[in-house]
Amino acid sequence: MLSIDFRQIAIVAGKEFWDRIRNRWVLAVALVFTAFALVIAYFGAAQQGAVGFRSIEVTIASLVSLVIYLIPLIALILGFDAVVGERERGSLDLLLTLPITRRELILGKYTGLAAALTFSTIAGFGAVGLILSPQLNLTALFHYAGFMFSAILLGLSFLSLAVMLSVFASDRTRASGLAIGTWFFFVLVFDLLILGMLVVTAGDYGGAVFPYLLLLNPADVFRVLNVFTLDEVRTLYGLATVFPEALSNPAILGGVMLGWIVGPLAVAIWRFER
Amino acid sequence: MASTIVEARGVTKDFGTVQAVKGVDLSIAPGELYGLIGHNGAGKSTLFKMMLGLIPISTGEIRIDGEPVNGPRFRETRRKIGYLPENVVLYDNLTGLETLYFFADLKAVPRRECTGLLDKVGLAHAAGRRVREYSKGMRQRLGFAQALLGTPRLLFLDEPTTGLDPGAIRDFYRILRELKGEGVTMVLTSHILAEIQERVDRLAIMEGGLIRATGTVQTLREAMNLPLTLEIAGGAGLAEQVGRVLEGMAIESIEEAGSVLHIRLPREAKMPALARLATLGDTMRDLRVREPSLEDVFFGYRNG
Repeated sequence: MLSIDFRQIAIVAGKEFWDRIRNRWVLAVALVFTAFALVIAYFGAAQQGAVGFRSIEVTIASLVSLVIYLIPLIALILGFDAVVGERERGSLDLLLTLPITRRELILGKYTGLAAALTFSTIAGFGAVGLILSPQLNLTALFHYAGFMFSAILLGLSFLSLAVMLSVFASDRTRASGLAIGTWFFFVLVFDLLILGMLVVTAGDYGGAVFPYLLLLNPADVFRVLNVFTLDEVRTLYGLATVFPEALSNPAILGGVMLGWIVGPLAVAIWRFER
Repeated sequence: MASTIVEARGVTKDFGTVQAVKGVDLSIAPGELYGLIGHNGAGKSTLFKMMLGLIPISTGEIRIDGEPVNGPRFRETRRKIGYLPENVVLYDNLTGLETLYFFADLKAVPRRECTGLLDKVGLAHAAGRRVREYSKGMRQRLGFAQALLGTPRLLFLDEPTTGLDPGAIRDFYRILRELKGEGVTMVLTSHILAEIQERVDRLAIMEGGLIRATGTVQTLREAMNLPLTLEIAGGAGLAEQVGRVLEGMAIESIEEAGSVLHIRLPREAKMPALARLATLGDTMRDLRVREPSLEDVFFGYRNG
C-alpha cells in the first residue's frame, strides 16, 4: 500500500477536472469571481462617498471580506460528495476492485477538484487583474498576485476539509450537513468565539495567545495573510501595534495554510484506508 | 496456473456482534462457471466482497490465483479480475465510450479495445450517447463491457441479469459460454434460480452465513433425494387406471389438474412405476418426468 502509482492519480484527477469543465462548473465559478471582484473594485469605497477604483490595497481588503465567505462555501460544495457520492451510487466498490489503492483514489479526486477550483480562481480574479492592470504599478500587481495565491490556498484548505468530511459521512445528506456546519463554524462562529473569550477575560489572561488562536482557522489565516501584510491597511485599521511580528511573516502564514491543506487530507486517507 | 483459481479456507466475517459469514470453505477450478445462490442476508454479497478484497476478512484466508486477497502482490492479481456489481451505477455525464475509456485507463488496457467490447454487448449504436439516457438494461450491458476490459481470467458477476429482458439474458449467457470456451472462470450470483440451473457447472447454496451444499445441480438433487413428478396426459378414466396399476407402490401424492395427472414419487420408484405405466398403452397420450428444480433443492436445503 506504500507505493503510489501517479498514473492512477492522474487518471482519476483528469476525470474529475474534465467533469467540472464540461458541466461548466469552472466557467460559472470564474464568472462569479469576476463579477464580484469588479463590483468591489469600483464600488467598494462607496460607503466613504467615493465611487471608482481607489487603491489596490483598499480593493484587496474589500475583496478579502468577500472571498472569506465565498471560497470556503464553494470549496465545501465542490468536495463534500467526492467519496460519499461514489459510495452512495455504488461505483466506489467497482473502483476499488480496479488496480488502484484507496490512497491513490483520494489523491486523484482531490487533485482533480483542486485543479478545477484553482483554475476558476485564476480565471475569475485574473480577468479582473487584467482589467485593472493599466492602473496598477508593479508593487500593486505583486500584492494582487499575492491575494490570488492566498485565495487559492484558502480554497484548497477548505476542499481538503470537504474531502475529509466526505470520507467520514455515511451518506450524502449527512455530508452536506457537515459541510454547512463546517462553513458556519469557521466563517461565522469561530471569530465570535475568540472575541467572546477576549471580552469575558477582558484581555487579562493570556492576551498574547489570542492572535495565535487565529491560526486554528484557515479563513483567519487567509485574512491575516492579506490584511496584516499590507502597510497601508495596517495603518488604516490601526492594527500595526497590537499584532505579533511573527504573524505578519507571509512565509510562516503560508506554511500554516499548507498544514491546513495537508492535514485534513492526511486524516481523510488514514480513515479511508481503515 | 494453480489447480484452484479461487480458494477460501475457514472464512468468517464479523460486523460488530453479528457474524455474517461463519466459516466458509470454497474452491473454484479454472474455467468453471460457478453459481452462488442464497436469499438476501445469507452472506453471499459479504463473501463476494471479501473475495474481491473490498472488505477485510475477520478470520481465515482467501486466495485468488494463489495470491492472498489484499496481499502484497494482489494489485497485479486485480488486473486479471473483472467485476460487475449488482445494480451498477456509472457516471451519468459520460458517454458509454468515455465510461469505458476511464475504466480502461485505470486497468492499463489500450483504449482501442473499448469499441469492440461495446459491440460485443450490443451497445455499439449508443457508444456516443450519455449514460444518463441509457435504460436499465443498457447500463447493465455497459457494466458488463467494463467487467470484460483487459480480457480478465476471472469474472465476478453479482446478479448480472437484473433488468435485462429475455432476449438480452440469452445474449448475456451466450457471451458467458464464449468466455467459458476461452477458459475464463466465472462466479455469479442470481436469485433467478431457474435461469442459473441450466447454465452453471457447479453451485453453492448459502444460508445463514454458511455454505450448506456445493455440487452440480444433479448431485444436489440426488443428495437431497427430492421426489420426482410424473406428468401424464390422457383420455377419460385415466386417473382410475393409473391408480390401479400403481397400487401398492410408495406414491407420495396424485393430483389431477385438468386432463393432466401429477404423480409425486420417490426417486427410486421411478423405473418400476414407468414399467407399470407402460402397460396402460393408448390410455396415456403423453408422459413427462419432471426433475425437482433448483428452487425445490434450494428450499429443501433451507428448510431441511
